[in-house]
Amino acid sequence: MNFEHENTKIDFVKHRKKFFIFSGILLMTGVILLVTLGLNLGIDFRSGTTVEVLADETVTAEEIAGEFQELGLEPDDITLAGGANDIARAAFIGALGQQETLEVQAHFEELYGNTPNVSTVTPIVGEELARNAIISVLIAAVGIIIYVTIRFEFLYGISAIIALFHDALFILTVFAIVQMEVNIPFIAAVLTIIGYSINDTIVTFDRIRENMSYEKRIKTFDDLARVVNKSLVQTLARSINTVLTVVFAAAALFIFGGEAIRTFSFALVVGLVAGTYSSLFIAAQLWMVLKWKQLQRKKKQRTAEPTEA
Amino acid sequence: MKKKRGVKKGHIAAFFVIVAAFAALIASNVLDHAEEISLGLDLQGGFEVLYEVHPIDEGQQMDRELLTDTVAALNARINVLGVSEPNVTIEGDDRVRVQLAGVTDQQAARELLATEARLSFRDVDDNLMLDGSDLVEGGARQSFHPDTNQPIVTVTLEDANLMGDVSQEIMQNPDNRMAIWLDYDEEDTFYEEIQKEDSKIVSAPTVRSVLRTTDIMIEGNFTVESAQQLAGVLNAGALPVELEELSANAVGASLGERAMDQAIYAGFIGIGLIFAYMIFYYRFMGLVALVTLSIYIYLVLVVFNWMNAVLTLPGIAALILGVGMAVDANIITFERIKDELRSGKSTMSAFRAGSRRSLSTILDANITTILAAAVLFYFGTSAVQGFAVMLIVSILTSFLTAVFGSRLLLGLWVNSRVLNQKPRMFGVKEREISEL
Repeated sequence: MNFEHENTKIDFVKHRKKFFIFSGILLMTGVILLVTLGLNLGIDFRSGTTVEVLADETVTAEEIAGEFQELGLEPDDITLAGGANDIARAAFIGALGQQETLEVQAHFEELYGNTPNVSTVTPIVGEELARNAIISVLIAAVGIIIYVTIRFEFLYGISAIIALFHDALFILTVFAIVQMEVNIPFIAAVLTIIGYSINDTIVTFDRIRENMSYEKRIKTFDDLARVVNKSLVQTLARSINTVLTVVFAAAALFIFGGEAIRTFSFALVVGLVAGTYSSLFIAAQLWMVLKWKQLQRKKKQRTAEPTEA
Repeated sequence: MKKKRGVKKGHIAAFFVIVAAFAALIASNVLDHAEEISLGLDLQGGFEVLYEVHPIDEGQQMDRELLTDTVAALNARINVLGVSEPNVTIEGDDRVRVQLAGVTDQQAARELLATEARLSFRDVDDNLMLDGSDLVEGGARQSFHPDTNQPIVTVTLEDANLMGDVSQEIMQNPDNRMAIWLDYDEEDTFYEEIQKEDSKIVSAPTVRSVLRTTDIMIEGNFTVESAQQLAGVLNAGALPVELEELSANAVGASLGERAMDQAIYAGFIGIGLIFAYMIFYYRFMGLVALVTLSIYIYLVLVVFNWMNAVLTLPGIAALILGVGMAVDANIITFERIKDELRSGKSTMSAFRAGSRRSLSTILDANITTILAAAVLFYFGTSAVQGFAVMLIVSILTSFLTAVFGSRLLLGLWVNSRVLNQKPRMFGVKEREISEL
């Protein structure tokens, strides 16, 4: 990939309304799905127990169900994982007692020679972590707006934060659609994307700020659009190269990283795509629309003042 | 065409000396550092419990001091278990999280942690005769019964007369048994509890004569090990509070190892791809990035080791993501240098202008991300906090290596003048360069 700045003319601005509408519809669908269907909450957010059995051979769900039946237990759900289907995850809604846990562990240790993972959780912990994370993000958002307002200007801060929430909601929407189980590392992934999204947006805005300082006077909407387009084209190589390298890392985690971080890495990949999309097609365009309104307001004030006097 | 000035070989020599020095440093101790980092439960297996703390007495205040006392008492108990790196942390206003990596006997650990270790001596009508305050501190030990040779626990009273009075009183009861309770509650009664299989009554010896002694032998169904543990817990002191288990998470060690191996394998593939792409796209500058990225990964491991932080799966993910951030700083600088080269500047001035102009961009982008990570660290809990710590360490280190490291190393080559008139080494084609 090579982007020769002088020869590249991509109009990122012209179709902004289509992108706004696309994102708007997508996120609206997301909110509706989140309210109706909801996320597939994992054991971190539900009261219950999961038993993860590492077998030394390929197993089937029926075999595992049979083993649990011998102990007088009936799992609510059994999923198989691992390269050779040698990991079985049995979920129980409602916590297993201490005695039952020990029996299960002893049984499978004897059978396969590995102690299974037994996680018992009350949902308070996961729920609180999620609530904590949301509050933290809101506080961080305020902090970011303040920082960006000092270093740049208020409108940049607002646009960056809208892009940030766009990306976070995008991940939630995808997870509501595919109904992949949501766990605590998922929250860490959403937080990572928020950090990445901010990073990415700021780099683009920094270039817009720089190019704005070269402009003597922005008179028409086209002037403003030209600056934004130029800045986006100039940062395009960087945007694409950075997202590619981070996607290399995230995709490697997704493909080879194993079951334990699959949700995490999938959320990362989805979020990176969303973050790049919003940096290229949403954030800068949003800033442009807001900036144009601000310029027009100032113009009106200026033309209104002499008649008053 | 300008006359090519002489090449400064000293700069290039300096470059190789620096690279060789770091290579030697990394090769000599990277494995030591990697091995010293303590691994989280998800990576090495073990056992984790989250307790909610309730005061025992109605009048007791739930405050920081009480929580700190609880943590101290729990740590003393874990010493009895002999866990090498226990992690007991206060969470929120009334929670304590205990993480025991590498614990194999989870049942024993659970019981040992949650027992309040309030020893009391009562008659069959549950009237209190003696309790922990009458015992000599640290006076409990495991020994063997002189007659039966069974393992027992002996405790020491402060005053021999105490036992004399109590034994005299109990002897006069029709049912002259003395119940030795562990964690007696108001609603417990002797006759109910003694029937139970897993009784809170450790033993209930019959008192036939007045015993004027300071040593009390507690017989029970002990093994040597369980007797030692009870003695240890009694010596460690009673818990000032009641602990309610909110969640318990047991991780089998073999699953942890497997997850670890996979994550590291995936990390190597991801980093390898990044290196390959950087060299393919940025040519010579990519090579410099490769050197500084390697130094970055090494430094993160060293800093993490110094901080005594615990590495978890999200932590590894943050480390690999940090590589992405470090790459980004390099890419921003390199793109700027390419821009300057395309505009027709000489290699040396393009390098200077590109480095200078990219700095504020990188600074703003990194500060906003650190801001977010710091908030996460401050308000988040365990998993999120571990992630935030790793992210902050990664960003700071990446800033050092990607900004100053790359600039220093690339600067040595640029200033040696070897690269003058060679834009292709930077991934810029001659025809892209506009005339000044």
